[in-house]
Amino acid sequence: MIALSRRYRFSAAHVLARPDWPDARNSEVYGKCANPAGHGHNYQLWVTVRGEPDPGTGRVIPLERLDALVAECVLGPLDGALLNRDVPAFSAEVPTAENIARFAWDALARGVRPAALDRVRLVETANNSVEYSREPEVP
Amino acid sequence: MDFSASHTLWRPDWDEARNREAFGRPAHYGHNYALFVTVRGPLDPETGMVIDLKRLKDIMEAEIAGRFDHKNLNEDTTLFRERPPTPENLAHVIFLLLDAAIPDQLLCRVRLCPTDDLFVEVER
Repeated sequence: MIALSRRYRFSAAHVLARPDWPDARNSEVYGKCANPAGHGHNYQLWVTVRGEPDPGTGRVIPLERLDALVAECVLGPLDGALLNRDVPAFSAEVPTAENIARFAWDALARGVRPAALDRVRLVETANNSVEYSREPEVP
Repeated sequence: MDFSASHTLWRPDWDEARNREAFGRPAHYGHNYALFVTVRGPLDPETGMVIDLKRLKDIMEAEIAGRFDHKNLNEDTTLFRERPPTPENLAHVIFLLLDAAIPDQLLCRVRLCPTDDLFVEVER
């Protein structure tokens, strides 16, 4: 079993605040990330795909296919977006790094088949990153 | 450790159309590969080490750098006659070479990084 990891980059803005909470509570929970004017990050997304390399091509997944999948399903919706406003998934869910990583997992898990999505790692700053993975779903 | 090598992804037993579909345009690639080797095992009670780092380094130099550094993976080795030297296949070969040379099945994982944006891992 071999795992292949590839890094992608996108930039996005977000506000960490729940619309159903008063400002004071959002500030208490999310600190300066709750600034209603928003702030942004240069995100790095590491996508790890696991499987047996194809005996003919020697590849777990064709890189061109992985690049196209990530571009369509993750970079397209997220790059240059104000996540709370522009991405439906984050209209009801605060776009924390954790939730963005889960969004990426949900967007990619089916598309990498017959390989398996092993994990995604979202690097938000040089000091903060999150990893997300879960058991593969039965097709 | 780092080593530099070149390769082509092109199977001589396939016609051009099939090669292009699988590998894109015929190109000669070179990379500065970074290789991370992870060993796991009990600490030697006398030395407090899993493995003598000098010994591990000597093995990596002999088995990997000696074979692959400044080489053409297709032409200067016989290991990729039957399979293309993709990062996946190269990492798998490196795992097997190191596993045969490092004692006591201490080898746990190799991570091969052809570029800053790509790496492959093989675990026991």
